[in-house]
Amino acid sequence: MKKQVKFGVGIGVIVASMGFLAWLGYGESKTYYHTIAELPTLTGAAKGQRMRVGGTVAPGSIHRLSGRIDFVLEGEGKTLPVSYIGSDPLPDTFVDKSQALVEGHPSPDGRFVAEVVQAKCASKYEAAPGGSGGAAASSPQRSSM
Amino acid sequence: MDVFGSFALVLAFVCAVYAFGGGIAAIFTRHPLLIKSTRQAGMATCGLIFLATFSLEYLFFSDNFSNAYVVAHSNRDLSTFYKIAALWSGQEGSLLFWSFLLAVYVLSVLVTYRNKNGELMPYVGVVMAGVQIFFLTLNNFVASPFKALASAGADGVMNYVARADGSGLNPLLQYPEMVIHPPNLYSGYTGFTIPFAFALGALLARYPGEKWIHLTRKWTMIAWMFQSMGILLGAHWAYAVLGWGGYWGWDPVENASFLPWLTGTAFLHSVMMQEKRGMMKVWNVWLVFSTFLLCILGTFLTRSGIVSSVHAFAQSSIGTWFVGFLVLIITVCFGAYLKNRDYLKSENQLDSIVSRESSFLFNNLILLVSCIAILSGTLFPVFSEWITGNRISVGAPFFNKVNIPIGLLLLFLTGVGPLLAWRKTSTESLKRNFGWPLAIGLVAGVIALVFGFREIYSWVCLILCVFVASTVGLEFYRGAKVIRARAGASFLASAVDLTLRNTRRYGGYIVHVGMVFVFIGLAGAAFNRDIQKDMQVGQTMQIGPYTLLLQGFDSKPEKNYTAQRMNVEVLRDKKPLMMLYPEKRHFSTNEQNGTMVAIYSTLKEDLYVVYAGDSPETNLPVLHAYLNPLVKWIWLGGAVVVFGTLVAMLPNRRAVLVLAGAPQPAAQPLAHGLTPSVTLREGHD
Repeated sequence: MKKQVKFGVGIGVIVASMGFLAWLGYGESKTYYHTIAELPTLTGAAKGQRMRVGGTVAPGSIHRLSGRIDFVLEGEGKTLPVSYIGSDPLPDTFVDKSQALVEGHPSPDGRFVAEVVQAKCASKYEAAPGGSGGAAASSPQRSSM
Repeated sequence: MDVFGSFALVLAFVCAVYAFGGGIAAIFTRHPLLIKSTRQAGMATCGLIFLATFSLEYLFFSDNFSNAYVVAHSNRDLSTFYKIAALWSGQEGSLLFWSFLLAVYVLSVLVTYRNKNGELMPYVGVVMAGVQIFFLTLNNFVASPFKALASAGADGVMNYVARADGSGLNPLLQYPEMVIHPPNLYSGYTGFTIPFAFALGALLARYPGEKWIHLTRKWTMIAWMFQSMGILLGAHWAYAVLGWGGYWGWDPVENASFLPWLTGTAFLHSVMMQEKRGMMKVWNVWLVFSTFLLCILGTFLTRSGIVSSVHAFAQSSIGTWFVGFLVLIITVCFGAYLKNRDYLKSENQLDSIVSRESSFLFNNLILLVSCIAILSGTLFPVFSEWITGNRISVGAPFFNKVNIPIGLLLLFLTGVGPLLAWRKTSTESLKRNFGWPLAIGLVAGVIALVFGFREIYSWVCLILCVFVASTVGLEFYRGAKVIRARAGASFLASAVDLTLRNTRRYGGYIVHVGMVFVFIGLAGAAFNRDIQKDMQVGQTMQIGPYTLLLQGFDSKPEKNYTAQRMNVEVLRDKKPLMMLYPEKRHFSTNEQNGTMVAIYSTLKEDLYVVYAGDSPETNLPVLHAYLNPLVKWIWLGGAVVVFGTLVAMLPNRRAVLVLAGAPQPAAQPLAHGLTPSVTLREGHD
């Protein structure tokens, strides 16, 4: 019996400590997915969460300014102005009409402040069935990790 | 040729169905001719899949732009090398390639055992044919690579059309590793089908004893080796192509390839418990089942777009098929297990917590915990959406928090496990085996502290690496000493002889050393640095001991792309060292860009330079330089792992009778209690 208890304790300690670490890591890195249309409907604490939003880059909307890059994401008939403030260069696939996934926080003035931008080239990697570009998050390049 | 290919695929499907159905009939009737004909149908399936694959490859080489797949993934100027790789660059072709590699394995198994293991092979054949049927269904009816381009003419009749040129291969895939990484990874994924087929077959057949484990050991190791290489080559591709300075980002598809590796590794270890002590039978069967399921899951994740990823092909309906197949396999496995579980009764129990058995148990436990953590993290967006309605993803901190301690625990067991005795280890032998390695490890730790090492995980990792390397070194040293005393050969020759006498044990040690190297490389990541600067010609930037001087830039037109190249001179201590040429490539065929990183790699560190485009404010080129310590050890470790696995697959050399004059091994009094058993350990250990 003593032997089984020893093994039980050993296994229990490992599983419990890993569980605890996983919980810590979860709290640190959880990110909510939202669509552009959902953003204005968020209230309270939900607004402050780290989130990902997907959409198509509006043609001609990319403006490279000092310290940030502004562009507009479109999806489901709505638009979302985004400011990318990350230090990494944007991926090669980030161009007009490419599908992009931005990660960051909405700011009070309605702009979305992104720290990470992933982009998927529109012309390649086969179109998503049904053509719903917005939510398709597959991206052949990452700008930051 | 596309018609030829389609026909070959349809015939392969028919043959596979016959091999499956006829195989089941053969199991019940035991009719020798039926057994033979189903085996031959299995072989024919493979042959036909080869034909289909070659005909698709022929379409690429003959620039046949009437085939939709060729149009989408190739163009005239694409080099020969990449025309081969174009085969697996898209959904349809890569599924055909899956079938192709599986066919290579299946054919090898059918040929190897055509006159052996008559009781078991019909079952194995049926399972293999079942898996082939699934993939051939996809190849034929869901994602055929042989679709021709057609358009409706004025009369409403569909006509074949051919394009003048294709739209080209994705630039990210035009990189040498992309030619060898997928075949390796797929060989891993497909290879685990064989141990799965044997495990399920043996369970269904109630095949006596541990024979299926002996039979599948080499197949499992081949699959494991390819999986390891595939993962590392993928990491190297990410490192050298994506230009973000890292090699592993816990991306869903990376994780998907890592999951079966974890359970496969657990399996390779825990089978020893079954062979030696008749324990863990249920566990082993389920480890093989899970490994195969995770391979299918991995293939599914890559293709379905269910979780966002760098690699994903497209969002597609093919996912439903995979989910169906996964459910089917789980059902079959559960059914077989419930029906025949009495056959898997354990013969022994664990005796002591300080024993080889318990080290295997803990090794398996933490590999599994890691696997579950990575799996749940990867699928978190899916599950959280089901349960709470919110799609939530977790990132690198989640995976690192769990997996770094697990990796370190595993590294510790790598050093300890192989030297613990079966059943129970005495305190005496613990001291003897671990005294020196532990001391050496701690000394290394103290030295590192003195030199200003302050990253706790990396510091522990360093101590453990030294500890493990010392235990392995000590094992080789002691074994070789015994042989040297008997045969009088040089130390190195004795060590080689020792290895060849028990390839499994010493090959395993070599694999462990390879893993130590990989861990050394991973530990370096805590010290990564990077700097980014807008550079004028003639300007310099400093990173670590290196000075980067931008000498100029040029534009270089190549056959398939135009490269915008930075000429960067690297100086070390004011002395010119070398030139680096980071570049941006523009592919005119599909108007896409690619980044080529320039890396100066040494065992101490990698200098990694990216041309990050031009700055919008200054219009100057931006250079992003990274200094990544010890990365090269990861790739080196990978090579050692592969070498060790190959050694472990060699048959044992028979102990050569020692020439007259050498003392009898048993008569030799030795100070180290474990070493006299060196000669006794030959064989499976």
